[in-house]
Amino acid sequence: MKKFLIILILILIPVKSFGLIEVDITRGNLNPLPIAVSPLSIDEESRKNFQNILKKKNIGSEISLIVENNLKVSGLFNPLNKDAFLQEPDIANLKPRFEDWNLIKAQALITGKVSYVEEKLRVEFRLWDVLAGKEMMALAFTTVPNNWRRVGHIITDKVYERLTGERGYFDTRIIYVAEEGPKTQRVKKLAIMDQDGANNKFLTLGNELVLTPRFNPTSQMVTYLSYFRNLPRVYLLDIETGTQEVVGDFPGMTFAPRFSPDGKKIIMSFAKDGNSEIYTMDLENRIVEKITNHPSIDTSPSYSPDGKFISFNSDRSGYQQIYVMKSDGSNVKRISFGKGIYGTPVWSPRGDLIAFTKLHKGKFYIGVMRTDGSGERLLTENFYQEAPSWSPNGRVLIFYRETKTDSKGKGFSAKLWSIDLTGYNERQVPTPTDGSDPSWSSLLSN
Amino acid sequence: MKLTKILKNGFLIVFACIALSACATSKKTTGQMQGDVYTGTDTVEYLASGVPDRVFFATNESVLTTASRETLRKQAAWLRKNSKITIVLEGHADERGTREYNLALGERRANAAKDYLMTYGISSDRISVLSYGKERPVDSGSNPLAWSKNRRSVTVKAN
Repeated sequence: MKKFLIILILILIPVKSFGLIEVDITRGNLNPLPIAVSPLSIDEESRKNFQNILKKKNIGSEISLIVENNLKVSGLFNPLNKDAFLQEPDIANLKPRFEDWNLIKAQALITGKVSYVEEKLRVEFRLWDVLAGKEMMALAFTTVPNNWRRVGHIITDKVYERLTGERGYFDTRIIYVAEEGPKTQRVKKLAIMDQDGANNKFLTLGNELVLTPRFNPTSQMVTYLSYFRNLPRVYLLDIETGTQEVVGDFPGMTFAPRFSPDGKKIIMSFAKDGNSEIYTMDLENRIVEKITNHPSIDTSPSYSPDGKFISFNSDRSGYQQIYVMKSDGSNVKRISFGKGIYGTPVWSPRGDLIAFTKLHKGKFYIGVMRTDGSGERLLTENFYQEAPSWSPNGRVLIFYRETKTDSKGKGFSAKLWSIDLTGYNERQVPTPTDGSDPSWSSLLSN
Repeated sequence: MKLTKILKNGFLIVFACIALSACATSKKTTGQMQGDVYTGTDTVEYLASGVPDRVFFATNESVLTTASRETLRKQAAWLRKNSKITIVLEGHADERGTREYNLALGERRANAAKDYLMTYGISSDRISVLSYGKERPVDSGSNPLAWSKNRRSVTVKAN
């Protein structure tokens, strides 16, 4: 089960150039950058070897398709149609004829080469600035052939980083709840997949209800709620070994779990006698601390990335609102004051924003506000949607959306969606079944 | 002659339509809801003759209505008569709230029922509480009536 530990040997090919093109990610994506992703070239012998191992006819083309799809879904790039490409992949990788690429309006070009070296997959790629006629970046990786999809994601991350100046988020995974069956008897399973929907895998069988899975900072562990033996409890699951355990020894329902930013604690709600309070449990010494103390519902806690503050959901004012407190529970301050009720606050990995769900006049919104509650901005409105989770670079939110049923109670579905922080580029995230409660991992390769 | 027959039939059909639609609307308006609390019996099951198994709540509320208290007093009387029976109070919410808050709300509703049963002499040893939040609706509709049926605490025999 070492699958997730990519063996990645990075060889930096020295590049002496400076790029003139850049992508501004702060303003939405009204003018996505035209980019040509040339299929990665491959020699015939390597092609045959990989065809035997991976059952893919041309692994070079397959990897470039992953890059192309990632760039397109990001909304910041417009990958050009390959039919218009004039130069052969192998020659383009040596030296692009910039006037040809300019002709089809490409501003950036990705070329590369795949080879079979000592049973490994070796990939090199180059990023070119077409207008300036210069190489912007060149990198090579060697890894086990089975990691070929991840290679496509890592290339995308490098290109994204070079052109936007921000960390990427493509070599990541999503853990979520896969759903099937009628609304009154939904069967729910934990599932994990790559950020683009590939490699979907179910982690539980669906025998018991499971909800709200969340990754730890290294994305090797997951905390979630399970109704195992009809006792709703917070669990801890090691994805690689499959071992799991109940978190703490609480005489009642524990729910709404998340990890602290250092991964050492789980923060969650414990409900007793009609009152839900927020607790933490240290995973090393098992010490449990009570953080809130109020006869109202206090739930959905989420730490700030520096671990100093906690945002949470409380109805102490009469309705659900968002509050922020110090991580010891002191200095509780309400931060949501707009019209409607607010839930599911989640602190951005950058630390400057809190994403939330809002219900106002029968509509549900996903929005963001600054951590003092100012600058509220609603990104998307729908019949029902909730539970935003941040991409590791804090530029994209993934959440889930449910449809309204018709007068006969038919037509229910739950799907994962993503949207840029700018409010643009709303997209459904492909899942093999219905899905809810998504949680985005950190970058798997650093 | 034929024409009048057709017309007659036509009238009958039209009349039937009106009667049906009147029926459908009167069902809505005569209300299975008071405020937004469900008062109907569609989904209600019985623990024993005359002892309904569930009580209903207003949106975002866990306050017991007069009707709910009456139902719970019947349950308490039945539990006193059957002292070996233990129960689970299953608390539920409608789909119009965030998942985690609704888990807490379901727990609060079930506890409101538990507290009331205790004031009528039922020991807390015999009662456990289980919140399903919005995970187990009885009505899959996305409308106020369906939501009102789903905001409930259901008393289930545990042994």
